[in-house]
Amino acid sequence: MAALTDLSLADARDGLKARKFSATELTRAHVEAMAAARPLNAFITETPERALAMAAESDKRIAAGTARPLEGLPIAIKDLFCTKGVRTTAASHILEPFVPTYESAVTQKLFDDGAVMLGKVNLDEFAMGSSNETSYFGPVENPWRRIGENRSRVPGGSSGGSAAAVSGRFALAATGTDTGGSIRQPAAFCGIVGIKPTYGRCSRWGIVAFASSLDQAGPMTRTVKDAAIMLRSMSGFDPKDSTSVDMAVPDYEKALTGNIKGLKVGIPEEYRVDGMPKEIEAIWSKGAEWLKAAGATIKPVKLPLTKYALPTYYIVAPAECSSNLARYDGVRFGLREKGDDLTGMYEGTRGAGFGREVRRRILIGTYVLSAGYYDAYYLKAQRVRALIARDFANAFKDVDVLLAPTAPSAAFARGEKTADPIAMYLNDVFTVPASLAGLPGISVPAGLSGEGLPLGLQLIGRAYDEETVLRTAGVLEQAAQFNARPATWWKQN
Amino acid sequence: MALDKATVTKIARLARLRVAETEKDGLAGELSNILSFIEQLDEVDTKGVEPMTSVVAVPLRRRTDEVTDGGKPEDILANAPEATAGFFTIPKVIE
Repeated sequence: MAALTDLSLADARDGLKARKFSATELTRAHVEAMAAARPLNAFITETPERALAMAAESDKRIAAGTARPLEGLPIAIKDLFCTKGVRTTAASHILEPFVPTYESAVTQKLFDDGAVMLGKVNLDEFAMGSSNETSYFGPVENPWRRIGENRSRVPGGSSGGSAAAVSGRFALAATGTDTGGSIRQPAAFCGIVGIKPTYGRCSRWGIVAFASSLDQAGPMTRTVKDAAIMLRSMSGFDPKDSTSVDMAVPDYEKALTGNIKGLKVGIPEEYRVDGMPKEIEAIWSKGAEWLKAAGATIKPVKLPLTKYALPTYYIVAPAECSSNLARYDGVRFGLREKGDDLTGMYEGTRGAGFGREVRRRILIGTYVLSAGYYDAYYLKAQRVRALIARDFANAFKDVDVLLAPTAPSAAFARGEKTADPIAMYLNDVFTVPASLAGLPGISVPAGLSGEGLPLGLQLIGRAYDEETVLRTAGVLEQAAQFNARPATWWKQN
Repeated sequence: MALDKATVTKIARLARLRVAETEKDGLAGELSNILSFIEQLDEVDTKGVEPMTSVVAVPLRRRTDEVTDGGKPEDILANAPEATAGFFTIPKVIE
């Protein structure tokens, strides 16, 4: 039998059900793999004792015949979800000592369904970044490297620890959050599946807030079926989140019929940006051919405002961030630096507690919301955002789903883009538009670059139509037959 | 629009964020670059377009104004950097 850490979430679930192994054995295998993978720096806090205690409880339930949907399945939790009694840092110095006294809605649902928590995984500080290099706890390494190279590649961000843990096979699945691409881009960089559901599907309650009109949780897994299983458990109405949608959650696994005959797939012409690597164009065309071969119709569509999505995002997100992060004042939780007076304490605490990228975004956000500039920047961005959403609505009159690349390149090297914030922001060029419109998007591994790094394809669907997105993703996955896996160089010596 | 050092000082003050003098010139340059990037939006005609304030196309829910949670002073204070006798404590504000 394959190693327990090589199983998909679905196969592990079925194996537990068939008593081929116990939840304790499955969890122990992952706890060991997690310890061996420390060179990747994917975890901020490991919780092996808790994991084994949860697994023991799962074994009891399985024996008693009262297993829940995710019973005994070890997963990693992005350290942006508050976990009761387990430190939650958002990868920031300012939250370094923070131990929540409550559980986030999404993690509560996962644990109520029997999932086992391995620990809290690394991310960009406050989820602000596209390479996991802004974490106070150090960068995460991508398990993948170029063929014949020892140079560290970034795992993408902000859910970089989640992506590395799933790709490196030391978690069966992980939670991520996506504000402008933070689930989809790291999934693409690490060769795994990541879905950002429609805004409002998963409760934001208990997730450390970055940009509240964009933040959305979602699963990161090695297969589309696993994503469907996780998403079902994570979704659902929550009265404690004012933008949570009160709508029944479908059984997403059932949506994976493999049948897309007659489906209309749109190819957004504006995503063919200047300087796009040939390999990305090639995999995109291949993706369209795969879907066509499965019976879909391929149609070009126009999303004329695509080029304005990033500038819009870099007003809306920092504005909301500056407002959300005002709560870190050294009074109620987190770090406190002494000051001569109250203002001195605020300024000292925040100056010492936030890293460079977070400070940059707080300052931009404060500026665009300040008196005299609010209309010119923030209101303008809100208007363009409305037009971007309208673009998508128009496109979805003609097609059922959109196909595009997830990111404009494969994983880049550590340090390659840290000097220029705009170069870093451009990574999100294909993921930000759907975020602004609140639409569901998935990244599916589609192939390898010539240098041996994974490339992802993205599908974007209508609001609340995760089922079509997942079904189409399943067909892409089937056609791509992406079986490559990273060499486990971290286990050597 | 290019931001100067004085503006950086002003917005850092508004954001209650201490920024070292030595960092201000560099920050002014970085923030100016970001601003000129986002100012591309001036090219878009948004006349008559209502600003998008809600992603979810449903009106905000209302609930009865009643207490649903509470009575947890220990939980609330558990993460306070400083607390005394059931209160958060801060540096003196009134002489």
